[in-house]
Amino acid sequence: MDTEQVGEDMDGGPDREHRQRDQQAYVLRTVEERGVRLIRLWFTDVLGRHKSVAISPAELETVLDEGLQFDGSAIDGFSRVQESDVLARPDPSTFELLPWADPAEPSGTIFCDITNLDGTSFEGDPRQVLRRNVDRARAAGFEMFCAPEVEFFYFADSGPDPQPLDRASYFDLTTTDVASDLRKQTLHMLEALSIPVEYSFHEDGPSQHEIDLQYTEALSMADSIMTLRLAVKKIAMDRGVYATFMPKPLNGVQGSGMHTHLSLFQNGRNAFHDPDATDGLSATARSFIAGLLHHAREITAVTNQLVNSYKRINEGYEAPRYVSWARNNRSALVRVPIPKPGKVDSTRIEYRALDPACNPYLAFSVLLAAGLRGIEDDLELSPEAAVNLYDLSRDEQREIGVDSLPDNLNEALDEMEASELVREALGDHIFEWFLRNKRAEWNEYQRQVTPFELDTYLPNW
Amino acid sequence: MTRRTTMDPLLVFPNPPPPELAQCLDLDGWSWKAVANADAAMAEEPDEGWSGAVVVADTDPEGAFALCRRLRKVEMPLQPLLVLVGGGQLDALELRDDLFDDFCLTPLRPAELRARIEHLFSRTGRGTRPELVEYGPLALNLETYQAAIDGEPLDLTYMEYELLKFLAAHPGKVFTRETLLSRVWGYDYYGGARTVDVHIRRLRAKLGEEHANLIHTVRSVGYRFGQSRWGI
Repeated sequence: MDTEQVGEDMDGGPDREHRQRDQQAYVLRTVEERGVRLIRLWFTDVLGRHKSVAISPAELETVLDEGLQFDGSAIDGFSRVQESDVLARPDPSTFELLPWADPAEPSGTIFCDITNLDGTSFEGDPRQVLRRNVDRARAAGFEMFCAPEVEFFYFADSGPDPQPLDRASYFDLTTTDVASDLRKQTLHMLEALSIPVEYSFHEDGPSQHEIDLQYTEALSMADSIMTLRLAVKKIAMDRGVYATFMPKPLNGVQGSGMHTHLSLFQNGRNAFHDPDATDGLSATARSFIAGLLHHAREITAVTNQLVNSYKRINEGYEAPRYVSWARNNRSALVRVPIPKPGKVDSTRIEYRALDPACNPYLAFSVLLAAGLRGIEDDLELSPEAAVNLYDLSRDEQREIGVDSLPDNLNEALDEMEASELVREALGDHIFEWFLRNKRAEWNEYQRQVTPFELDTYLPNW
Repeated sequence: MTRRTTMDPLLVFPNPPPPELAQCLDLDGWSWKAVANADAAMAEEPDEGWSGAVVVADTDPEGAFALCRRLRKVEMPLQPLLVLVGGGQLDALELRDDLFDDFCLTPLRPAELRARIEHLFSRTGRGTRPELVEYGPLALNLETYQAAIDGEPLDLTYMEYELLKFLAAHPGKVFTRETLLSRVWGYDYYGGARTVDVHIRRLRAKLGEEHANLIHTVRSVGYRFGQSRWGI
């Protein structure tokens, strides 16, 4: 076996300018060589909804150089009274051919950053928010890796009475599992889109599925989640099935979460691991977890942004109700999986509140900010929650100092509004817009007469 | 500037050619040989044939067009052929369309000459074979940034392509993650070795099950593309 450095006569690493030019050339050349007919510029609004503008290959070079001007006020959260025009600037490193496009009309996709016309980053763009938080972490020497476990349901349609496709349960492999074909196809598409899948299996709920993604750095993972949601829905739709990431679509059945594994790397090493610590967990990891727990209530409106999100959290199952951490206790908000022997680099923590209807750019931003704040403030980690917190009464929980996550969106918004950490992580523009938008959602919800009320009250009063 | 693989030389007339032409060809890395007349062109023709010709016609138009005729009026006409003519000689091109593929006016404007040469000789695919990296079923065309396995195009992101290109250009060698980071990622990488692992995983998925093992994990060292040179 010979390890060798390639001859030193080769130029060293590629420099930034060369890299940018080369990336651009790569995109343009690929579009030409592969006969791409349409390029979809992708970006995300504040609520995490996927937006797309299609351009022709003829426009591509100019758009790569100068960006595409569009009216930001056409999109939620991208609106200001004046100066509403913004630029979508494609990030050529994200260019992919769309695997489900008609082979006769190949399409490419590319994620965009949104800037103001003067080139400054646009404060209403979630991708830029995450970039900013990632840069802040890098300035402190850290890179965050994320690996989400995305749950979702397949239903017959998107109507108000969701019909599961099957009644199979956890890990079942049955001939009635019509969804397994869907899932296989989805995995194939995800791999083709540079989104490696670690596991994919049937969850507890009828027609519920889970796809675990292999870790990657935060920005690229947020992009991947956007792509995954689109791919899952698109492939289902092609087969006349509706896929949903709604956190809690069925009464009495566990909801869909997006437990996310997080790790920090510093100088190429896992900063959460300390070989000298008895439990292998570094001081950095302990402060990071402490930061997450300390700020958990403040960031919940972002990690769980729908009225419906709280129906999942409140019902329990694998959703964490209580602000606590533990190694092998699935009722805890933060779980610390024990890495396999010899696999210290996989030391990580799992944040279990997230649901798949979040805006991943904003959710990763607040998680990163909360964890880093824990490190900056050198927060001390409370003792591990050894018991199943669901078995304790509220009084007992209070006694051992365990707080719970907000009961509903309204409470979460109150917590968020008072949070200097979330304001800083999101920036004023998105922070204020998000609160306004979500308050309106809550008020709208408050005015609804629900089936529960009709069922319970109408016969009796 | 495009780097070119070894190729058969271009024929250049006259001998010696105008210095601006020689300089331009050298700067862009073309292989060429000057000949004084048609006989010399025949005598000095390489085994694989000339890969094209640049014929300067402004000082000796008769000799130049005689050469063109000899090169073209044969069973296997030489192409592509570029003639350089003076502005007052445009008439001479009439009725000689079959003798050349493109022309360029003298006095030379280097930028124009380079553009024409580049266009003519890279399009026809003879003079400059695109740089190819091939290993078993895998082929990378460095000029078009396209990769294919078993003739089927691979859809890669830029960094996946760059990583595959680097690995495939050095088959049988083991690279540490750190070396791959500095060689392939260069200035902007974060997260260290993990970044490499993530991309290797993606690349293997795109190569498909059958070919994923083109990239070997060498335990506690790094990665190797293709077979080890020692058969390990």
